[in-house]
Amino acid sequence: MAIDTQLDLWEVFIQNKSGNNYIHAGSVHASDKKMALQNARDTYTRRSEGTSIWVVPSKEIVASDPNDEAMFFDPANDKIYRHPTFYVMPEGAKQI
Amino acid sequence: MNTQEALYNYCLRLGDNALIHAHRICEWCSNAPFIEEDLALSNIALDLIGSAQCFLKYAAEIDGKGKTEDDLAYRRSERQYFNYLLVEQPNGDFANTMARLLLMSAFDVYLFETLTTSKDEAIAAYAAKTLKEVKYHLAHASDWVIRLGDGTEESKYRMQKAINDLWLFSGELFEMDETDTILINEGIACNLHDIKPKWQNYISSVLEKATLNLPEAIHMVKGGKNGLHTEYLGHILSEMQYLQRAYPEAKW
Repeated sequence: MAIDTQLDLWEVFIQNKSGNNYIHAGSVHASDKKMALQNARDTYTRRSEGTSIWVVPSKEIVASDPNDEAMFFDPANDKIYRHPTFYVMPEGAKQI
Repeated sequence: MNTQEALYNYCLRLGDNALIHAHRICEWCSNAPFIEEDLALSNIALDLIGSAQCFLKYAAEIDGKGKTEDDLAYRRSERQYFNYLLVEQPNGDFANTMARLLLMSAFDVYLFETLTTSKDEAIAAYAAKTLKEVKYHLAHASDWVIRLGDGTEESKYRMQKAINDLWLFSGELFEMDETDTILINEGIACNLHDIKPKWQNYISSVLEKATLNLPEAIHMVKGGKNGLHTEYLGHILSEMQYLQRAYPEAKW
């Protein structure tokens, strides 16, 4: 893989309106926090996509190991009782 | 000169400054140091084009001869352009472009801050919109000047040189003439002598943070505001106006 010579990498999360979750938008290069925010603003919110931005240094993100995929995620696959759709809706209940 | 003529000139000056500065910044498109900065510069240029459009459109309205903002942008010659000499200066290196953006957007911030209270409602409304944009341009330019000034030996040298090279164009920003006086009396225009100390303070504080020296007082050149330009504007216009000059009324 080519060495990245364009400053540090930051992950960008955008909130499209107040109260909503921050959603990962992509990444930017920047040398410091302020520059990361400005670059994120210029790269990802030019067409009114957001009202708030988080930037996080990519190297600070702890990711799960692909080798642990089975241990981490498979146990969820066969437990249908973990899903609300497993349960029968009581009569008369409009919403659960 | 009556108030209407003064207002027409005033709007042309505001529009021309934004348009020519935008054109210069557009020249960075695909040539910036990295893609994020490429987008940032394009964004700034697009803000300025929006602002130019507002003021030239309003100028055309005041003129009342059925022209549009496009007629004003594409069919005036050098002598009919009234932008400051500063904004038509070539991009030079990245430090040069950031120095120009710093000097100009600091001026724009104080200018449009004042114009938000203009008695001309259209100008006040455009000023409020533009102010939000130029504040960001100023933050962007200030950060770069500080970063490069207080950076490596090479970046510091280039940043100082850029400020020094452009300094002689900064005096014109605060020149005033009959157009300004008439409109200041009407409560429409900004008294540039009032914003000069604020601009000086701001620039000094940025240069101090950047560990750069404020250039010494030197002879300032002027002329752009009255249509007397450096050799560079003609080249900008010949590129910008080529299509309309070669194929008048061309549409796509």
